[in-house]
Amino acid sequence: MRKAIVADDIIHAGNPERQRITECQLNVIEKLRPYLYIAPAMIFFSLFFFFPIAYVIYLSFFDWSLLNLDEMEFIGLENFIALFAEEDFRQVLGNTLLYTVSTVGLGIGLSFMLALWLNRKAKVYGLIQAAVFSPHIVSLVSIAMLWMWLMDPQYGLLNAILEWIGLPGYTWLADTKSAMVSLILVSIWKGVGYNTLVFIAGMQSIPRDIYEAAELDRSPWWRTLTRLTIPMLSPTLFFLLVINTVSSFQVFDTIYIMTQGGPVNSTNMLVFYIYEQGMDFYNGGVASAASVILLVLVGLLTLLHFRLMEKRVHYR
Amino acid sequence: MRQVGRTAWKSVEWVLLAAVGLVFLFPFLWMFLTAFKTMPEVYQFPPTWWPESWQLQNFKIAWSSGPFLTYVLNSIVVAGGILILQFLVAVPAAYAFARYRFAGRSWLFGLSLIALMIPAQVIFLPVYVEMSHWGLVNTLWALILPFGASAFGIFLLRQSFMQVPDEVIEAARLDNASEWKIMWTIMVPMAKPVLVTFGLFSFIYHWNDYFWPLIMTNSDSVRTLPIGISMLKAAEGGKQWNVIMAGNMILVLPILVVFFFAQRHIISAFVYQSK
Repeated sequence: MRKAIVADDIIHAGNPERQRITECQLNVIEKLRPYLYIAPAMIFFSLFFFFPIAYVIYLSFFDWSLLNLDEMEFIGLENFIALFAEEDFRQVLGNTLLYTVSTVGLGIGLSFMLALWLNRKAKVYGLIQAAVFSPHIVSLVSIAMLWMWLMDPQYGLLNAILEWIGLPGYTWLADTKSAMVSLILVSIWKGVGYNTLVFIAGMQSIPRDIYEAAELDRSPWWRTLTRLTIPMLSPTLFFLLVINTVSSFQVFDTIYIMTQGGPVNSTNMLVFYIYEQGMDFYNGGVASAASVILLVLVGLLTLLHFRLMEKRVHYR
Repeated sequence: MRQVGRTAWKSVEWVLLAAVGLVFLFPFLWMFLTAFKTMPEVYQFPPTWWPESWQLQNFKIAWSSGPFLTYVLNSIVVAGGILILQFLVAVPAAYAFARYRFAGRSWLFGLSLIALMIPAQVIFLPVYVEMSHWGLVNTLWALILPFGASAFGIFLLRQSFMQVPDEVIEAARLDNASEWKIMWTIMVPMAKPVLVTFGLFSFIYHWNDYFWPLIMTNSDSVRTLPIGISMLKAAEGGKQWNVIMAGNMILVLPILVVFFFAQRHIISAFVYQSK
């Protein structure tokens, strides 16, 4: 096989005219090749990503419904005006903010402490890390239903435990105040393992010798923590802040299964609101306008994330 | 003195470790135990820990309460179809980004980066409108196609393709292998660990997904397992938690079993995105 190729090469070499043509054709193919290779990916991104982003902005200026897509009426900014005039929507924004701040703040704080503690070599720590991580790979459907059962006010395990240690039962999902607390709790329980393992990965990439130097200086543990570990982990911390905030903005599954936004709108948040308006109330325009607001929020966070990544690159 | 303090802390630490382990694993054990109880036992307060008699029929009731075989098959077709499509789309793209210099490369790569950040929940409405224009709502295509290009997959593969030494490719070119052939028969096998990692991530993610099938489907023939399971809850009368938990075991158990055997792979698949 190889011999034949060599022979072919010699013939080509002896025929400069022919070689020039093929080279020229080859050149065009070679120039086009990378574009052909990325074309399928770009087609998918365009159809299901870039076009929809532009389209949802366009749709937010129209009065339309999924029931009849042929009739769309241009109404300018009216959807946005209606949105902000509605008290329910302001509550939705407030709920989303409260949920995000609590989930991200508590979740990251807790994960950081867990990571400091569990970042050891012995096998037990690895096992506990895996245990803490396990909810992250389980479907939110099951997690939501499992916690509904645990939080059942009459027969649930959580109230049984509370009673057993002599405390009064909690209302969990049945009350306007406690429903939000319950959703936040479930979200932290599911997410803490991922955050902990990302922190541990970050901690393990800090060079050992810096710690050895700190030890030689007899630096107390809290100073090592605040002057060394935390600053060295700041890229990880920023990453987790952005990722967790974006994923808190998207909360939907637990709301849909556990509370349906209730009681009395107390756990209604952005994506659930968009879903209700678009798919249940057939208010396409309002739903698109709310999507645009979510898009802007996520977009700003993404931009911030990229800025920080760029800075990190420049530092090195 | 110091020695005593250390052993004391050690035993306290063991208790704390066990407590943390319980907080995260016990709910799953509770799901398991509930799935085997009878209805009267479920509605007993305070609850019993261990089922008085192990009721296997809860699984039967859950399984026959809907077309669960269809749900399972749909879930496999959707998660598997997405995985295959992502693989076919990501390999050439990653190869181009890793191995060629061309005008607009970093710009196009940046575009894919944005795709990694914006979640599906933001754009489901316009995609739904698109799908209904194409007549694809309530088909398996609507569940597969939107995830055809995975930015995460492209990044992972690109990283791994960049690490292949130039000599390997030069040698293949001297053998007159075409670029297409080099890509599939030399680069792809060398990226096997990354492909396993990405495959686990993608399959688990889409196996678990609830939001997208909820939006795009409205009849049993195209519904996936998470949707089927969530409909167990809607049964009339008091909630049959034993049957609901048995149903959830069908969804959760395969994932936990795979996790048990491929822990390291799965953790690195999910944590990789942070790097």
